[in-house]
Amino acid sequence: MADSKRKKMDGEMLLSLAPQILELLKGVQQVELENFSMEIGDLELLIPTSTAPSHRHAAAHAQKIKPATLFPERFTRTPVTFPAKIREVTLGATRAEGGSRSRTVTIGGATSPAFSDLSVPPVHPPAIALDVFDMEVPLPKVLKDNVREVMNDPAEWARMNVKKFGADLVTVHLTSTDPLFRNTNPAQACRTVDAVLQAVDVPLIIGGCGDPRKDAAVFSEIAAMAEGERLLLNSVTLEMAEAKTLEKVAVAARKNGHVLLGFTGLELNSAKELNRRLYEYLPPEQIVMDLTTVALGYGLEYSFSIHERARYAALMGDAELQHPVISASTNAWGAREAWMQMAPEYGSRELRGPIWETINALTLFLAGIDIYMMMHPAAVLTLRELVGRLNETRPVRPEAIHDWVSVRI
Amino acid sequence: MSREPINPASGQPAEKKRRKSIREISPIDVYKLLPKINCRECRESNCMAFSTRLVNGEVVLLDCPPILTEEYREAHTQLIELLAPPVRAVTFGSGPDAVTIGGKYVLQRHEFTYHNPSPIAIDLHDLMPEQELLDRVKTIGEFSYNYIGRTLSLNAIAIRCSSRDAETFRDAVKRVVAASKLPLILCAHDPHVMEAGLSACREQTPLIYAATETNWKQMAELALQYRCPLVVSAPVDMDLLRSLTKTLFEYGVEDLVLDPGTIGEEGLAVTIANFTGLRTEACRHFDELSGFPLLGIPMTVWTGSEISEDVLKWKEAITASMLLSRYADLLIMHSMDGWVLLPQMIWRFNIYTDPRKPVSVEPGLRAFGKPDRNSPVLVTTNYALTFFTIESDIKAANLDCYLLIVDTGGLSVESAVAGRYFNADSIANGLAEYNVESLVGHKTLIIPGLAARLSGDAEEASGWKILVGPKDSSGLAQFIRKRWSPGS
Repeated sequence: MADSKRKKMDGEMLLSLAPQILELLKGVQQVELENFSMEIGDLELLIPTSTAPSHRHAAAHAQKIKPATLFPERFTRTPVTFPAKIREVTLGATRAEGGSRSRTVTIGGATSPAFSDLSVPPVHPPAIALDVFDMEVPLPKVLKDNVREVMNDPAEWARMNVKKFGADLVTVHLTSTDPLFRNTNPAQACRTVDAVLQAVDVPLIIGGCGDPRKDAAVFSEIAAMAEGERLLLNSVTLEMAEAKTLEKVAVAARKNGHVLLGFTGLELNSAKELNRRLYEYLPPEQIVMDLTTVALGYGLEYSFSIHERARYAALMGDAELQHPVISASTNAWGAREAWMQMAPEYGSRELRGPIWETINALTLFLAGIDIYMMMHPAAVLTLRELVGRLNETRPVRPEAIHDWVSVRI
Repeated sequence: MSREPINPASGQPAEKKRRKSIREISPIDVYKLLPKINCRECRESNCMAFSTRLVNGEVVLLDCPPILTEEYREAHTQLIELLAPPVRAVTFGSGPDAVTIGGKYVLQRHEFTYHNPSPIAIDLHDLMPEQELLDRVKTIGEFSYNYIGRTLSLNAIAIRCSSRDAETFRDAVKRVVAASKLPLILCAHDPHVMEAGLSACREQTPLIYAATETNWKQMAELALQYRCPLVVSAPVDMDLLRSLTKTLFEYGVEDLVLDPGTIGEEGLAVTIANFTGLRTEACRHFDELSGFPLLGIPMTVWTGSEISEDVLKWKEAITASMLLSRYADLLIMHSMDGWVLLPQMIWRFNIYTDPRKPVSVEPGLRAFGKPDRNSPVLVTTNYALTFFTIESDIKAANLDCYLLIVDTGGLSVESAVAGRYFNADSIANGLAEYNVESLVGHKTLIIPGLAARLSGDAEEASGWKILVGPKDSSGLAQFIRKRWSPGS
């Protein structure tokens, strides 16, 4: 299985090569061009370290008269409209809609790449979900300090996330259901989710343990228990399809009106394949994608590029990618630079950790993330403030920065 | 498009000549213009191989000596035209520390790859007491971080004129030049002050900041006289920026850098939209007046009314990181705090890696140091960054050990455990495939802390005793010192 996965990734990598190479690769392994032939394997792809000198203006530049006054010019953006848009997905349901939430959260709807054009503000601002866990989990000290007193009570923890930190949604991680851990049964998991549903009135995301069989069992029971609440079940995978448990979850989600989060590992073909499987069971308006968020310093650039590619392809018309996307900014804490004590010149981890999560979130914010899973209050506050700010398109006063050259600091 | 491309020679709109994007240029297009003599002076096996590497951005035209001769002058000019990046490459500084900025071919990283990682310049000003100034210069030069075996560092110094006095500025520039080889950005709006500064660093080719609506003619003269690149500054006035750019280019200053204004907080949306607009016009619509490197100045957040230094640093950090993602080819920053700079330096390194490069390393067994039959055996996944991180930690700690790299399709430990690619069977298969048993006199395997849950099954599947290692490989040295004894 690992082998086939690897081959797929190689294929994916090839797709991102310059198209002329792709052209050469089509069908044949060897190409002949006039007096030249080569094996494709000879093509080594390295990190380019230098670039061609830019002389394109030079030719037209022989003799000129120095202008005495400014040429009048206008900067205009070439209007670009994309043929497609991202689907809108609503999480949570009010009493009138068959649930018990006091408000719902709608995400998606983008019609152009995020923040590329001031005249196209986001249809829905990104939403922020804060995590709670159903058992004590190892957390970096900087995170633990904020939640220490509620860590043994998911309902209290959820309440604090909403009241104190302003969460739009709460994610309940059912970590204890892991068969290799406590193996908590689905009934217990239902009680935990029910307690959180009682404690807060925002929509919920339900996180599993990653075992394709156990998650299917747990999600199916929770789906029935919380009928109509429009939970986001985090997550369904191609491994579930392999373990033949995907259908059970997908049908339970459709029957009880919930939304599924399809999780794939930095691979757009897998994301599309998973979505195709899910379309067999439920409407596309009940699907959100997790394309994988990697920590800054550990591969965030792969997440950044996969999100840019996915969004661009979706807006250009790839219907299998026209779903809102989620990012677990909390994964930033996996980077040692986020949690480790380091030499004094690298600053205290009390600041380094939160800025790590913040920059992880903001970077993918630019790539179009619709919903975040976050933990540190400073990161949440910064993102929330920026969400507001990046929708502001009033002209700004340039004099606000006029003095940076001579300021005495 | 309402705007016509200009013909710099006549000042008249030229007929729109659709340039080919780097992705549309085939090796054949290039090959046709090369000498086709297969002389191998470029050390490639033939001209076609050279042209393939040329369109991949791995070699430059200068690597082909014959094309530079008179015989091929016309073809050379055509090749330069064909291969020029839509964003001009501009160099400042001198010697080995000189930096090149811009030279971008594409809007999005995954379309090709980004070239010329954005240098980070740190500011100082001419009214700093001498010792403070020298200390700052020293700190800028010394600040570095070892990241997966690479040294990340700061790249330039921006000297600001606070005094508004030519002599004071000249003295400060002199002191910095004597203390550092880093490229300089001279920042002053008064041309007389700028000239004094330039006269103190004739050999350094500094970047001049900045030509504005009021001083552009004098600054253009200075740029030509001292042969230095010039920043065009028109904060949040995109029409003026364009007017200045066109006028200065016509004036004969070709190495321009654009400052569309960096305004944090309430201006962040406009700032990002302006950077994105310029880069989009350059790379997607081949607009020549947008095709210059962009200067981001996160340190402008320090001119606001905020008082708390930590808040200012925080704002500077987020502004810098967003501008790195959104097309700044050069940054001027003020904070010297590691927690502000570290994420920028790492993120810069990351987005400038080649996305065409594999994300995985070859599975197999690697020996570090001089392992013997009692040395520890570790296992990890074949995700490139996981491997490089562990490799760098093992080397830093001078450990003698074996590292088994299991094929997880290039997934990290955490994802591979979740996705079941890193499991008891793949570990057992790896141990058997590479015959690890024959290399050591024990059967104890250290697995990553993040794969702790696999320990029971892995023992059963492999017949090896499993020791759960640290969650982060930075803890390996200590772990092995404390916990490792063969056969324990």
